[in-house]
Amino acid sequence: METIAIPAINLAPIMPEIILSCIAMLLLLVNVFVPSESKGYLGVLSLVGLVATAASVVSGWGQPVAAFGGAVQLDNFAVFFKLIFICSAALAILISDKYVVREEINHGELYPLILFATVGMMLMACGMDLMVIFLGLEVLSISLYVLAGFNRGSLKSNEAGLKYFLLGAFSTGFLLYGMALTYGATGSTKIGNIAGFVATNPQVATNSLFVVGMLLIAVGFSFKTAAAPFHMWTPDVYEGAPTPITAFMSAGPKAAAFAAFIRVMIVAFPTLKHDWTDLLWILAVLTMTVGNIIALSQDNIKRMLAYSSIAHAGYALVGFTACNPEGVAGILFYMLSYTFMNIGAFAVIVLIGKKGEANGNVQDFAGLGQKRPLLAAILCVFLFSLAGIPPTAGFVGKFYLFSAAIKSGYIWLAIIGVLNSAASVYYYLRVMVYMYFKPSEEDFDWVGMTPAIAVCLLLCVATTLVLGVVPGTVLELAQKAVQF
Amino acid sequence: MLEYVWLIPLFPLIGVLINGLFGKKIKNEAVIGGIATLAVVGSFVVACGILFQLISMPGEERHFEKTIFTWIQSGTFKADIGFLVDPLSAVMLMVVTGVGSLIHLYSIGYMHGEEGFYRYFTYLNLFTFSMLLLVSGNNLLLMFVGWEGVGLCSYLLIGYYFHKKSAGDAGKKAFVMNRVGDFGFLLGLFTMWWFLGHNYNVWTINFRELASHADLIPAGGVATAIGLFFFLGATGKSAQIPLYTWLPDAMEGPTPVSALIHAATMVTAGVYMIGRMNFVYIKSPTALLVVACVGGATALFAATIGTAQNDIKRVLAYSTVSQLGYMFLAMGVGAFTAGIFHLMTHAFFKACLFLGSGSVIHAMHHALHHVHSDADPQDMRNMGGLRKKMPITFLTFLIATIAIAGIPGFAGFFSKDEILWQAFSNPLHGEVNIVLWAFGAVAALLTAFYMFRLVFMTFFGETKLSEKAYHHLHESPAVITIPLICLAILSVLGGYIGMPKLLGEVLGGMPNYFEHWLEPVFAYSNNYMAHSLPGAHGEHSPALEWGLMGVSVLIACCGIAFAYALYIVSPTIPEKFTSAFPALHRAVYKKWYVDEIYDFCFVNPCKALGGFLWKGFDVVVVDGIVNGVAGIVKGFSGILRYSQTGYVHNYAYGMVLGTVVIVAVYVFR
Amino acid sequence: MLGAYLPILVLVVIACLFGLGSVVFSSLIGQKKPSKVKLQPYECGCEPVGTARERFSIKFYLIAMLFILFDIEAVFLYPWAVLFKRLGTFGLIEMGVFIVILFVGYVYVWKKGALEWE
Repeated sequence: METIAIPAINLAPIMPEIILSCIAMLLLLVNVFVPSESKGYLGVLSLVGLVATAASVVSGWGQPVAAFGGAVQLDNFAVFFKLIFICSAALAILISDKYVVREEINHGELYPLILFATVGMMLMACGMDLMVIFLGLEVLSISLYVLAGFNRGSLKSNEAGLKYFLLGAFSTGFLLYGMALTYGATGSTKIGNIAGFVATNPQVATNSLFVVGMLLIAVGFSFKTAAAPFHMWTPDVYEGAPTPITAFMSAGPKAAAFAAFIRVMIVAFPTLKHDWTDLLWILAVLTMTVGNIIALSQDNIKRMLAYSSIAHAGYALVGFTACNPEGVAGILFYMLSYTFMNIGAFAVIVLIGKKGEANGNVQDFAGLGQKRPLLAAILCVFLFSLAGIPPTAGFVGKFYLFSAAIKSGYIWLAIIGVLNSAASVYYYLRVMVYMYFKPSEEDFDWVGMTPAIAVCLLLCVATTLVLGVVPGTVLELAQKAVQF
Repeated sequence: MLEYVWLIPLFPLIGVLINGLFGKKIKNEAVIGGIATLAVVGSFVVACGILFQLISMPGEERHFEKTIFTWIQSGTFKADIGFLVDPLSAVMLMVVTGVGSLIHLYSIGYMHGEEGFYRYFTYLNLFTFSMLLLVSGNNLLLMFVGWEGVGLCSYLLIGYYFHKKSAGDAGKKAFVMNRVGDFGFLLGLFTMWWFLGHNYNVWTINFRELASHADLIPAGGVATAIGLFFFLGATGKSAQIPLYTWLPDAMEGPTPVSALIHAATMVTAGVYMIGRMNFVYIKSPTALLVVACVGGATALFAATIGTAQNDIKRVLAYSTVSQLGYMFLAMGVGAFTAGIFHLMTHAFFKACLFLGSGSVIHAMHHALHHVHSDADPQDMRNMGGLRKKMPITFLTFLIATIAIAGIPGFAGFFSKDEILWQAFSNPLHGEVNIVLWAFGAVAALLTAFYMFRLVFMTFFGETKLSEKAYHHLHESPAVITIPLICLAILSVLGGYIGMPKLLGEVLGGMPNYFEHWLEPVFAYSNNYMAHSLPGAHGEHSPALEWGLMGVSVLIACCGIAFAYALYIVSPTIPEKFTSAFPALHRAVYKKWYVDEIYDFCFVNPCKALGGFLWKGFDVVVVDGIVNGVAGIVKGFSGILRYSQTGYVHNYAYGMVLGTVVIVAVYVFR
Repeated sequence: MLGAYLPILVLVVIACLFGLGSVVFSSLIGQKKPSKVKLQPYECGCEPVGTARERFSIKFYLIAMLFILFDIEAVFLYPWAVLFKRLGTFGLIEMGVFIVILFVGYVYVWKKGALEWE
């Protein structure tokens, strides 16, 4: 009997994932075999691994390279998003060391889990097959379920982990059912082939099996991006999870969900574009409005930032609804800038917090402006950026998204977006009011800076301001990334 | 040296930065004052260099433009940061930097011991910077930047003693009135730019380019509009009717400020501006007539008020308004050179007068302080007999007064006489010329009168001070008297470069250097007047000119004699006069109630409107809407947040509901 | 084509009927005389001790999950084993990588003490 012919293997497109998984596994073993109490060296090793992965990712810029029979494709879109994920993982690791020591969490597994989550995200970004995307999503999600409940001693963290798991599994069901229906209607899970099948058999496009499949896939992804009405897990999970993990969750997975969402919708369902842009219109409006309005009455700052991340997902959905190259490039830019400004804000929250997640309310920021002016100023930069005030990256991102929407003719959507942005200024500036205008007895002497958090803050502030003042280069890169 | 023209405004700017940022830390007065003064002296040196270089160039080529960079380029609107050096701007640069340096030096002594010493010099340097921008800018917008800058610095310096309510009020009044004028300036700027651009596709606000396209401006109509708009700006900045009332109040500021800003430089900006835009004005006899009439009327009006004032600085203030009226009168009859000439000589003797009055006030203040008296050191009725105690101040003050009165041999005579002669003989406005001349002549009479009244009341006669106070009077230190001496010398010699031809021939063929110097700048206008206007510049007999000159001298001497009679010979006559005509005296003393009229017509209605808009509209309507909307949104938030129940099954239910709705909508579409 | 699944459908229906039927009929027809002994949960004849609602020790979950994971690994080994010769070296290396990855997990679990029962 002859040997089965092996198709050509090209590992280069998934080299970043391979590298990162190997390093994560290595860390797992190192953690178990090296019996020291402090696990800081694991953080350093994971950062080194992330840097190596980033180098491998960057080398993929330029021509798209497919592998595994077209199931995976490393193109500019994937490279851009992978870099966002790596940045979010690195920043989250930077701000985690102080937190885990303070909360006395046994944190050897934290780093491998974050790295595995990053691997999942990277797969989602470059997957061209529904199964690969699902695989990436599951790897990501399971790592996140564990990470959300990482602080075993805290009731809230356990609650967060369990809720995330239950609702995540629930939504995965929808997603998988949708993928199954789509497969049933078109006979393939490769998203390119799906579109090709519909092109040759146009009657499939009106087939309810196909449409419902698309809708359910959209619902599944909407859960991950926390679009209303599938957003309800976000506040509880973000509030309960350990703060560095919340920071990670708000940036990386959201971007990954957008990456997969965009790719699937645009490549696999171009004929149904009219339908899903209508759906996205409604989702965008609902998401922005719900996120911003409920955030107005939040006192706990993590919960407030959770609602704000819902709102920001809404803004990104505006760009998605526009569905022109500017809109999608805007989403890429926005996700990048959002990563930095949000994780930066969370970094400051980590610093201000006390053991047992005390000091988590907005009122606890009172007096920070006088006692720690530099820290307060840094937080102000992030808050301004989140609110979308020039000359920060948040403003440029929002501007780009809304102008893309207007270009596509969605004037009302842009107006609603701007109104929501205006409303959001309230709850961001409320923190600043407390920092600068309310007196406080606190002297904030437990707020100690570690080198890691200092580096993180520096990077985030620098990126936020630089992207706000000279966004040209990154915008160009984003535009180049959108041609898939 | 021409290449370095940009250094001229740069030096004072550096002074501003150093004194402004670090002045509070540098406690040493000499250092702060020294930096500020050296900055202006540096500018003066560069200006001298530029002047000499210009002199060495032949007449037609005496212009140089240095563009630093393009500031605004928006469609067809282009504005550079650039500097224009030509004879006119060279004159202005010399005056501003020269007189400015002397006043900076003077201020070091005058402001000694003042709290906020560094603030004063910062503002003074900032003013000098703005004024230099104004006179050397090569386009209307840059000039406007300087225009606004000097207005701002005027406000800052008038309100320098901001603890006094009257000073703050005076500063605001100056600024607001200036603003009204600036509105006119901007209208003129845009009308000019739009007219040339829209009709001839010449989109420029650069002076030389505008002048080269002067032929495109038709006579009358647009030219009148532009001219009047710009003149509105000039009335604000140069304190003419109707926007002059801020200048007397501006005497609340320190005396060197009054000397620099409100005598020598800022208030002359309007005259300079008309000189720059002469090619527009010449196209509109109407605008020129308005300018001349307003100038003449102001000259007379202010002179009348000056006769009844008792505060030494107020008299000088009204004198300034009056002399500015002369300058505008000159510009209005087409005698641009004469106007600029009077600007220059006026800068010398008026600065000298103000600085001298500062010296007097300083000494009076010191003396009165010693005897713990509350008497006003600026009130002339408390002075008298100061000449024995303050000889240098007296001598320089006297020289400057003789100059302003228009006695031959001193600077003021040449310039004033030139103006009166041009007003009489220039047939630009027909019969009105005689009226204008008459206004000028009567004003000259009154000028001589009230100026010598001031000198007699202050320096001559029995002193009204107590023995002890009088004993404590002494001459001011050198840092104050040296500028006085310099300016007094200039008040004598400064006029000789502008000697009228008539006199020059008598004195051995001395040409009118000044007129010759400024000829290229006003060449266009002079040509236009000669060719286009009927009967313009006809030849007049020298006899007429000599006759008028004699009349001027006679008028001046009458005024002096009158003052002598009233204040030296029989000092009781003024009191009898005022008690005989109490209403007239009160009206003149109260400045003809102009301030009260303005309050009634403009200030109080504006305040009422502002109050209504504030309480009625802003608080109720605008705030109501804004707070109302915010309140509603917050209310929604309070309701919506209960949707987040915390129960997982509720969340799952929400998701299912959402999915069902979405699918149903699409399937049943 | 769907006809081949008909027997399964019949089986499902019968199973449902059987289950439902027993419960429904016994509640409709049977006597209702509850007693303490009859209501106790059935424990293969032993006396029930304590409440039925007890918390399970987490080690059961751990063992169950680990069992599932490694069981699936074994399941994947079967097809490879069947086609071993035809897949050749490539197959060997592939499965080697697969097993190594799971081995890492195994080592981790072992060292963490999840395999300890007590």
